[in-house]
Amino acid sequence: MAEGLRLRALRIKHGDRPLLELDLTVPPATILSVMGPSGVGKSTLLAAITGQMSADFGLEGEILLNGRDLCPLPPQERRVGILFQDHLLFPHLSVGANLAFGLAPQVRGRARRARIKDALAEIGLEGFHNRDPETLSGGQKARVALMRMLLSEPDLLLLDEPFSRLDATLRSQMRDLVFTFARDRALPVLMVTHDAADAEAAGGPIVQLES
Amino acid sequence: MRPSLALPPVLPLLTILVLIGPVLAGLWGTVSAAFGHLPVAGLQGPSLTPFQTLWEWPGLSASVRLSLVTGGLATFLSLAITLLLLAGWSGTRPFRAVLRLLSPLLSVPHAAAAFGLMFLIQPSGWISRALSPWLTGWQRPPDVLFVQDSMGLAMTLGLVVKEVPFLLLISLAALSQIDTQGRLRVALALGYGRMAAWMFGVLPALYARIRLPVYVVLAYSMSVVDVAVILGPNTPPPLSVQIVRWMGEPDLTLRTLASAAALVQLALVIGALLLWHGGERALAALGRRLIYCGPRLSRDGLWRAFGLMTALLCVGLVLAGLAGLVVWSFAARWSFPDILPEGYSLRSWQRNGPAAMETLTTTFAIALAATLAGLVLTLGCLETEERRNLRLTRKGLWLLYLPLLVPQTAFLPGMQTLLLGFSIDRTLWAVMLAHLVFVLPYLRLSLEGPYKAWDARLGAVGAAMGASPSRIFLTLRLPMLLAPVMTALAVGMAVSVGQYLPTLLVGGGRVQTLTTEAVALAAGGDRRAIGLYGLLQTAAALLPFVLALTLPLIVWRNRRGLQHG
Repeated sequence: MAEGLRLRALRIKHGDRPLLELDLTVPPATILSVMGPSGVGKSTLLAAITGQMSADFGLEGEILLNGRDLCPLPPQERRVGILFQDHLLFPHLSVGANLAFGLAPQVRGRARRARIKDALAEIGLEGFHNRDPETLSGGQKARVALMRMLLSEPDLLLLDEPFSRLDATLRSQMRDLVFTFARDRALPVLMVTHDAADAEAAGGPIVQLES
Repeated sequence: MRPSLALPPVLPLLTILVLIGPVLAGLWGTVSAAFGHLPVAGLQGPSLTPFQTLWEWPGLSASVRLSLVTGGLATFLSLAITLLLLAGWSGTRPFRAVLRLLSPLLSVPHAAAAFGLMFLIQPSGWISRALSPWLTGWQRPPDVLFVQDSMGLAMTLGLVVKEVPFLLLISLAALSQIDTQGRLRVALALGYGRMAAWMFGVLPALYARIRLPVYVVLAYSMSVVDVAVILGPNTPPPLSVQIVRWMGEPDLTLRTLASAAALVQLALVIGALLLWHGGERALAALGRRLIYCGPRLSRDGLWRAFGLMTALLCVGLVLAGLAGLVVWSFAARWSFPDILPEGYSLRSWQRNGPAAMETLTTTFAIALAATLAGLVLTLGCLETEERRNLRLTRKGLWLLYLPLLVPQTAFLPGMQTLLLGFSIDRTLWAVMLAHLVFVLPYLRLSLEGPYKAWDARLGAVGAAMGASPSRIFLTLRLPMLLAPVMTALAVGMAVSVGQYLPTLLVGGGRVQTLTTEAVALAAGGDRRAIGLYGLLQTAAALLPFVLALTLPLIVWRNRRGLQHG
């Protein structure tokens, strides 16, 4: 059985206009970078994989994740995690509750609380459980968003320009953290980026999309 | 990809049914009664007798003229004041100040505002007291009809002070969808005066978006009953008031006459809307030619001042009127031309208080039930539309406005006659249903913007972590939209509290709200009781707004991300 993400003869159309064609594999613990000018369909590709493509786009071909065909599944059953350039923490929930939103409901009671505390420690935010996410710094927010997604134990991680809002130092720190976490968990990662430095740091294959 | 929800769109269908069902059924009832078919009264149609009787009624032409003139004039003036204020001042500091005063006025019920105005301008009102006897020489209230004048001017004024806040807030919502500041900056840089810049650059885009609300104001003003009963002339009254009088007669056969008049009213409104639409096109054509000539009109200081003054006058009249309600409800002896009563007492509150409190409970129960039902339908519609990728089309928008465009006097009589046939009229449930029809459009209007503005990527993140659409709706979207949902709740309750005709006709006198009680006092002239009921009515409409503003602040006091929007 094929491990990782497999896009087999994938074609995305906008109305009648063909937008992009792809055929690629992302093995576990590999970070594949997709680059290309804006408007080329990078975000649409990610939406196709998460299952949230808007109805005016058409999709042909197969999206296989660890052998499962994703296309017939609704977004919440795909086990596809995604990080955007904005942290998108839920503003009405505390930092801890944001993390708990990602954690599977089967983890209950004291174990649940412990898992959240460990997760906070892992991203260097011990004692932040009850904080309002809006009071965190940019780098802290980004770490919470990453950990929240990882707690939901996805089989695939998608990154949509995830570092473009961070300043230079924060950017390389965050990049290292995301890549390390993903490799530790043997996750296949598909990253969409403008920045050649991101793609280089990822150390994986690079796919260039042309308009 | 399979659709994320397999259910048929139950809630949108139900909403459409609630929006158009009563209107169509009511119109059908009105039409059949107008043509002499009224089994409850033992009448079998069709016959033209009701129309013949109506034709022979001597007051007909005066009534029709009153409806047309007051409605048209009130709409024209309200729109003119709103546009002058926006053109001269939108985006400035004085504008924001006026807005802060005006927005709460939107929820003041029409009847309360009308009573307040009456206390100001009647011969023994505050304005006349303030000018007597030093200027006017009056030692006793003059025998002049300042209110209920035969031209309907007082009534027109009463409508204008309430419609200006409505049009203004609707315009602001529409303006946020247009790049107002950008358009203004360009036109100003080209040397246009502020008002010209706004009128030439912003108004054309704005008017297309507020056209339906303007039509609502026209249809409403032409067929209003409560304001007309309080401030309008009596002999003859505007057509809508006469319809309600005939509906209220114990002789059921008079209902056929009322229904015939209701159809005339409907025809009048349709005619006026067509006329208005023609006027719009003519003005637009003139405007285009004017814009092409490029007049800079840069010396507009006087017009700007005039715009601000008229808007402030509207605010001032309503606020002073409300103050009048307060003072009268506590007044002991108060003789002319003293500016204030000789003393204050709780007598009026002791005498009317207990009954009024009971009515207040009924009023709140109806408002809350209608609004909560409406919220479930509206949120259900918005969520279903989003999941199924449906969009509200132009036709859908007309459907939404239908209960506000068809004059209440045209379909409520028919609805009442129908309910009478099923013998479920005059129950609390029937009144709630009738209120729901009028609450729904406003709920949709106030929730649509915030609902659509919610960042959909938050939902994408939730789904990526395995949250179902229902969980996303209940634990993410709804809590984050607490403030707009509470505001919508308050708007809906204010609309319900202010309803007069649906309560009167569908409740048939057995269900009383503060509004029906207050308007019933108009004829009696007990100003202390009027002050008390008007005040309670205003409080009932405003209280939910206070809650809507404070509750999100308390619930989200530790969440900075939710405190600015």
